[in-house]
Amino acid sequence: MAEPRRIAIVPARNEAGAIAGVIAELRAFDPGVDVVVVDDGSTDRTAELAAAAGAAVVRLPFNLGIGGAVQTGFKYALEHGYEVAVRLDGDGQHDPQELPKLLGPLAAGEADIVVGSRFADGSSTYRPPFARRAGIAWFARLVSLLTRQRVTDTTSGFQAVNRLGIRLFAADYPHDYPEVEATVMVFKHRLRLKEVAVQMREREHGTSHITALRSLYYAVKVTLALLVGVFRRKAVPLEEGEA
Amino acid sequence: MTPLRISIVASIASILLILVVLELIRSRRLRERYALLWLLTGVVLLVLSAWRDGLNTIAGWVGVTGYPPAVLFAVATLFILVVLLHYSTVISKLSDQSTILAQRLALLEQASKKSPREEIGTPGTEG
Repeated sequence: MAEPRRIAIVPARNEAGAIAGVIAELRAFDPGVDVVVVDDGSTDRTAELAAAAGAAVVRLPFNLGIGGAVQTGFKYALEHGYEVAVRLDGDGQHDPQELPKLLGPLAAGEADIVVGSRFADGSSTYRPPFARRAGIAWFARLVSLLTRQRVTDTTSGFQAVNRLGIRLFAADYPHDYPEVEATVMVFKHRLRLKEVAVQMREREHGTSHITALRSLYYAVKVTLALLVGVFRRKAVPLEEGEA
Repeated sequence: MTPLRISIVASIASILLILVVLELIRSRRLRERYALLWLLTGVVLLVLSAWRDGLNTIAGWVGVTGYPPAVLFAVATLFILVVLLHYSTVISKLSDQSTILAQRLALLEQASKKSPREEIGTPGTEG
């Protein structure tokens, strides 16, 4: 069987220091993967360096935020007919060496979306600050409750999806802090989600898009979105066609 | 003391506001980002309407002696002002972004050599 056409979606904002390395690593690890970098309004040379490293570059005319940037990548994947899309951050914290763990369950048909979790097997060395740890625990519990499935890492941006996932995320993707809401969306659309344990690295350059000051605002907003989201109708019917 | 009837009517109105906002989010006509201020407004008004001693106490603090429900109107007005101000900032950002979009589109159109004039066909250039 031929390898599925696969693409790596890399959202990046002012990651000039790391982006070329991320693309080179991806390419070295899997020469068959195409890379699309979504430049979310960078003011540095991110787009230029990404293009020089061999990636397709989509430059957003202004900053859309992480959700809008990632969704742009899924739309690109949909329109260009990719069958598998992996998402990883432009700052180098997601190690392409871990990709087989994400792609395995997709290839085996066990899941429609596979999420790399830092906490799934308890062996992670990642120790975030207290406020963030509290937020992670809160959302892990709430999402597990809503999806009736144990989810340990609801904020991981290290994910792989099949064609069904690409279609869903191209049609509808949440805005800021999108992974939490996306998990519940996936459940609502009856896609199968699987978590696998991965190691993540310390970010090489740049800072997180979520600063401590805004955490509470996001926590309240995302909680509201989750609770209301349960009563939402589906964004896109996924039953017919490709299964 | 706040008349009981005012408390009841104001509580019902606040609950209606909260329900309408939640329904708007559910049906995707309102983003959570813009709903939070409205929900806060609804919750604060509901608390002040239902908790009558609290309203009287606050009225005492701010020097409203004769008619405590006036505080309710003052708080509602204040929240509406905040919401409006917030919307003004949102509109400013949107208008900046639509300028950028229009410029990008015009530049793209030029780059793809499909200026509106050529597409329509300028009279006198053909035949």
